[in-house]
Amino acid sequence: MTQILKRSTVTLLAVPILAVLLLSADTQPAVHVAPMNTVGPRPVETQTQSSVIRDYLLAWQSMNAALSENRVDVVDASFVGQARERLINTIREQQNIGIRTSYQDKSHNIKVLFYSPEGLSIQLTDEVEYDVDVQNGDHALGSQPVHARYVVVLTPTESKWKVRVFQGGTP
Amino acid sequence: MRQAIPFLLAVAMWTSSAMAQSSSLQFPASIEAGTAFSVPTSGSGPATLYIVGPGDALQRKFQLGESIAFGADDLHNAGHYLAILAAGSSTQSTQFDVVASRQPAALSFLAKPSRLPVNLPNGVSGVAYIFDVFGNLVLQPQQVSFELSDESGAEQTRTADSHDGVAWVRMNSASKAGSARFQASDANVRATRIVQEVPGEPCAIHMMATPATGQRVLLQTEPVRDCNGNPVPDGTIVTFTETYAGRQSTVDVPLKRGIAQTELPAQAGALISAASGVVLGNEIRWSAR
Repeated sequence: MTQILKRSTVTLLAVPILAVLLLSADTQPAVHVAPMNTVGPRPVETQTQSSVIRDYLLAWQSMNAALSENRVDVVDASFVGQARERLINTIREQQNIGIRTSYQDKSHNIKVLFYSPEGLSIQLTDEVEYDVDVQNGDHALGSQPVHARYVVVLTPTESKWKVRVFQGGTP
Repeated sequence: MRQAIPFLLAVAMWTSSAMAQSSSLQFPASIEAGTAFSVPTSGSGPATLYIVGPGDALQRKFQLGESIAFGADDLHNAGHYLAILAAGSSTQSTQFDVVASRQPAALSFLAKPSRLPVNLPNGVSGVAYIFDVFGNLVLQPQQVSFELSDESGAEQTRTADSHDGVAWVRMNSASKAGSARFQASDANVRATRIVQEVPGEPCAIHMMATPATGQRVLLQTEPVRDCNGNPVPDGTIVTFTETYAGRQSTVDVPLKRGIAQTELPAQAGALISAASGVVLGNEIRWSAR
């Protein structure tokens, strides 16, 4: 079974898991999630599936908020460890340079690759399409559509899954 | 003169645009993290290069026509980057990747559980994420060796190929209780975790009964061991049961120094048994002496 999520009522009814997320976002990306029934070594329970995808997509929103406004305070909501450190360093670099960058995700094609035996990490790849806008003060430096493949590792925290590794590359 | 101003402005704008058009941004499509490289430019005049991505952001001011040199430390966070060259009012952009070094430098190794019974098939799991010296996930397949050795030196070794930076195995716990070393290694990189392997459930219980003072019988087990001969930990409960004339008396006793002992009323003809968990020990029919 393949799940394709778009801004249609029918799809939202069919996949209520992400409905709240999609309805709350200003501009919703199309989200395609590959079936997880062959992911191993630990089976991914339905509730885990929905929470991992929800939290990962929220991480994109957090990243966009952090980098488009150079706000360090929103990073902790979705990032931890190495991914958190890198994002914070990037924000500091942007502040030094005087630029802001927005990452508007348009579509995600997510495939969960690995769920660790004890449930302490989950790895996914995401072929994502997004627009990057770069601003220097009030001056737009440029906007580019990007198609990239991200390798992401998420780990559970007290309340949600957070991104620990976030590494992009050309698909 | 007034008529000349728009013309001069137009020339200036055209010059700026032509300058940027004549320059070209020739980034390599992929750069290994920690590698020095340079990007040639053409044209003339001042320009600024911005490189942005979730993993880094940097700016270089330079003169068009010069090469832009990047040192080994300038770009080392793996990721997909956007490069924007701004010259005058025009910009050019391109995209490129910084990829992880092929050489592993660190393993993030998680061994679970940290405490488990001996002789448990596939009881312990090891997950290793492979990182390069800059903390980038090494995505190229690597062969990771996992080794579990107990206190007696007995070893189990398995290898696993990594996929997208992660390799994992499940291994059996050893038959001997104690601290076991669980090690993952890839090339010259190693990570070790200690796993406590504890004795399993009692394998058998053998009880002896001897007269005690005051019409009582002293019940004492032999040292209780698991099926691999490891002493069962102190505190494990042994239940002594005496059945006599349709009534049953039960006493729960924790092991101390591997032995459980208690006293029960000495009733001639009473049936006395000992058990721990699902293991039932021997039964004794007490007869008055």
